[in-house]
Amino acid sequence: MKLWSWVLIFIVCNLTFSTISAFRLSRSQPTERISGSAGDVLEDDPVGRLKVFVYELPSKYNKKILQKDPRCLNHMFAAEIYMQRFLLSSPVRTLNPEEADWFYVPVYTTCDLTPNGLPLPFKSPRMMRSAIQLIASNWPYWNRTEGADHFFVVPHDFGACFHYQEEKAIGRGILTLLQRATLVQTFGQRNHVCLKEGSITVPPYAPPQKMQSHLIPEKTPRSIFVYFRGLFYDVGNDPEGGYYARGARAAVWENFKDNPLFDISTEHPTTYYEDMQRAIFCLCPLGWAPWSPRLVEAVIFGCIPVIIADDIVLPFADAIPWEEIGVFVDEKDVPYLDTILTSIPPEVILRKQRLLANPSMKQAMLFPQPAQPGDAFHQVLNGLARKLPHEKSVYLRPGEKLLNWTAGPVADLKPW
Amino acid sequence: MMKLSMFRLSYWNRRGISFKSSPSLDPTFDGKSPSSVFWLVIHALCCLISLILGFRFSHLVLFFLFSTSVTNLYTTTPFLSVGNGGGVSQLLRLKPLETANSTAAKKNNSRVVVGRHGIRIRPWPHPNPIEVLRAHQLLSRVQKEQKSIYGVRSPKTVIVVTPTYVRTFQALHLTGVMHSLMLVPYDLVWIVVEAGGVTNETASFIAKSGLKTIHLGFDQKMPNTWEDRHKLETKMRLHALRMVREKKLDGIVMFADDSNMHSMELFDEIQIVKWVGALSVGILAHSGNADELSSSLLKNQQGKQPLMPIQGPSCDSSDKLVGWHVFNTQPYAKKTAVYVDEKAAVMPSKMEWSGFVLNSRLLWKESVDDKPAWVKDVHLLDDNGEEIDSPLSLVKDPSMVEPLGSCGRRVLLWWLRVEARADSKFPPGWIINSPLEITVPSKRTPWPDSSSELLVAIKEAKNSQSGTERRPTKAKGSKSKSSKGKQEPKTFDGVNTSTSS
Repeated sequence: MKLWSWVLIFIVCNLTFSTISAFRLSRSQPTERISGSAGDVLEDDPVGRLKVFVYELPSKYNKKILQKDPRCLNHMFAAEIYMQRFLLSSPVRTLNPEEADWFYVPVYTTCDLTPNGLPLPFKSPRMMRSAIQLIASNWPYWNRTEGADHFFVVPHDFGACFHYQEEKAIGRGILTLLQRATLVQTFGQRNHVCLKEGSITVPPYAPPQKMQSHLIPEKTPRSIFVYFRGLFYDVGNDPEGGYYARGARAAVWENFKDNPLFDISTEHPTTYYEDMQRAIFCLCPLGWAPWSPRLVEAVIFGCIPVIIADDIVLPFADAIPWEEIGVFVDEKDVPYLDTILTSIPPEVILRKQRLLANPSMKQAMLFPQPAQPGDAFHQVLNGLARKLPHEKSVYLRPGEKLLNWTAGPVADLKPW
Repeated sequence: MMKLSMFRLSYWNRRGISFKSSPSLDPTFDGKSPSSVFWLVIHALCCLISLILGFRFSHLVLFFLFSTSVTNLYTTTPFLSVGNGGGVSQLLRLKPLETANSTAAKKNNSRVVVGRHGIRIRPWPHPNPIEVLRAHQLLSRVQKEQKSIYGVRSPKTVIVVTPTYVRTFQALHLTGVMHSLMLVPYDLVWIVVEAGGVTNETASFIAKSGLKTIHLGFDQKMPNTWEDRHKLETKMRLHALRMVREKKLDGIVMFADDSNMHSMELFDEIQIVKWVGALSVGILAHSGNADELSSSLLKNQQGKQPLMPIQGPSCDSSDKLVGWHVFNTQPYAKKTAVYVDEKAAVMPSKMEWSGFVLNSRLLWKESVDDKPAWVKDVHLLDDNGEEIDSPLSLVKDPSMVEPLGSCGRRVLLWWLRVEARADSKFPPGWIINSPLEITVPSKRTPWPDSSSELLVAIKEAKNSQSGTERRPTKAKGSKSKSSKGKQEPKTFDGVNTSTSS
């Protein structure tokens, strides 16, 4: 009997080791597992860990807006639209609100576009308010917790502050009605009014097919040291510089415009994606807001992101250890960027590239349609699942009111 | 405007002043303090002056007033701190950071502030050579890693077979091949077979490469017609293959003719060959006659686009080898060169040797374990009258040849035959020991204000010296493009010289 058990153990051990080694050999590039502060959670499956109830709002909050302007499907704020589509057909969705852990309100606040394609946030507070009034009057779940177990997707520049100018956004603050809800937003900056505790930061939407179609063979040698394409001075809104990007982009230009290691310019080349795959470092400086789709592009193309934005909170910061993947440079150190980048030891650079090559890392930054395991939708659900179970304080006593429904600028109180 | 930004001082928020929020954050703006009134007045005054003058007067004034506090690398004092409860703009005081800090000390001190910031520029914003060197080392390290991950797992030695002979253009052609081979990142053995026996000239030339070379001599002299030359080259290559067999060299045999042009990707691509591989060779068959070339181009432009003639494997849609592309000699029917230095287009043979690569184990005497049955033994083919015109004669079953370069779609080498006139002379080793004795004034100087009297320094060449000296002549048959910048050679007292501007 003893002999048989030893033989069995031996066989089992052999099998597991061979599968592990086979697994490693099948990958073409050696990668490292990514584990952030919450542990090794990138590949968690949210199905079974939470239930989400999707409110049925009248189509004027979502479908009709999209019909009016289908450009919303392609710009960088498209996450709100795809999130709804994903949730409607996801196994975490439940039709029974009594058993739901989280409630989702599908309202497209970032789809009122100018002719140029930039979203205007002026009507968004009213739209949000009207949606919340609707759900508060038609379902009892909002009043039960005053929104503490509801989540909203607000991918605009400064999230739920609903303004594109930072000072005005700070002045408005987060919409009062959303003070208790969980916000899924792209904006993240520590100690900032527009990022509340418990928000989930997501990457901006970048079209996955477009990026996949520009992949070049991986053995193309990386011959560009630092790459950046974009504005340094926003001559339309800030002609003298100093406001845009807190002067950081202008500093990059002034210090490194004649440095052969820095391939930086304001052009719009058609080979933008291909060039990123030939570069070691890609600059991701802040603009009017600290986040940008460049981070997503850099991760997809294996270019180490150099993040120049003080106090920024990057997407899924608890699941992805950004410190080990990207290079963070303070805005005050921008003039010494070349010293900083050239003094990174080669082993560190190779390790960062290995982490970037991890397919689960790339998946986590994308919003593919249809959804795939490990993508940004699932990371959002994982983040929501990690916040469960809700604390007791979430549920209000009957009659208790915490939110002030009449706070905020007078213009926001008008019906939408 | 950019320069002014370097001297910029941020002083106040142009967007106006708003009093929206908690008084705790508002140290300077409770009521109308005298300092704020003072600043308002100054601001108004500066605005008026700017209106009149047409530029931002206020900037300069404040710069000169407070120039002591300005250094080239400076940080602006932030004047708006962000905390909970909204933002307030304040007029900037040119005081250090402490004031802002003290007011916001009780809140979470965010070091990020909104508003205008200075643009930091370091005193010498130019690349540091040591850092550039380090960056290049990083780049090469990353590329090495990439190569080891995505490149060939266990690279094999490349055995290069080059037939050559001493002539005017030998140095030109061999330099190209030599430099290409010196850049190959794999182990290399260069077998140079020389017609007419081993000469010191060739030996000293290839010794400069630093590569592992085997210099073989072949006893026949290179004939003067292209056809005979091709035949002799084939024999020379077989001679080299015999050497490979004798020495039992292990690796991949490729044929690099000395006038061909190779790309670096070629050497990466041939590493994947198992037994016999075929590549696409771009054929550059031209006559060196500029007029003919342009006329043929014009003809092509009227009709379809001129395609590059390729010799190589042809595949069907499932990437299986189905046939061969062969160079179409039709258009050149009447005008091909027969003699080596003729000024007409040189035709490639039906299948050039350089388009094939072999695994050297095919040539070994002993039977190698998995030597395929469809390869004839080289030993038996030794020039016993059998016509061997391409490595295809070595295989019994041509369909087993592996197409390389994504099935022949990528052209990795180009075939070209260009030779100087048979009677052309060149200085030994292309070194001119004594300076040229005759200088001829150039007809057109590049400088517009050339003086009318051109300096003429003519010395009669001594007849005794003219025998030993070899004067460089402009060889015909070279590419016509290069002649555009040169002047016509002037004949001067029966002495042919040429000068270049």
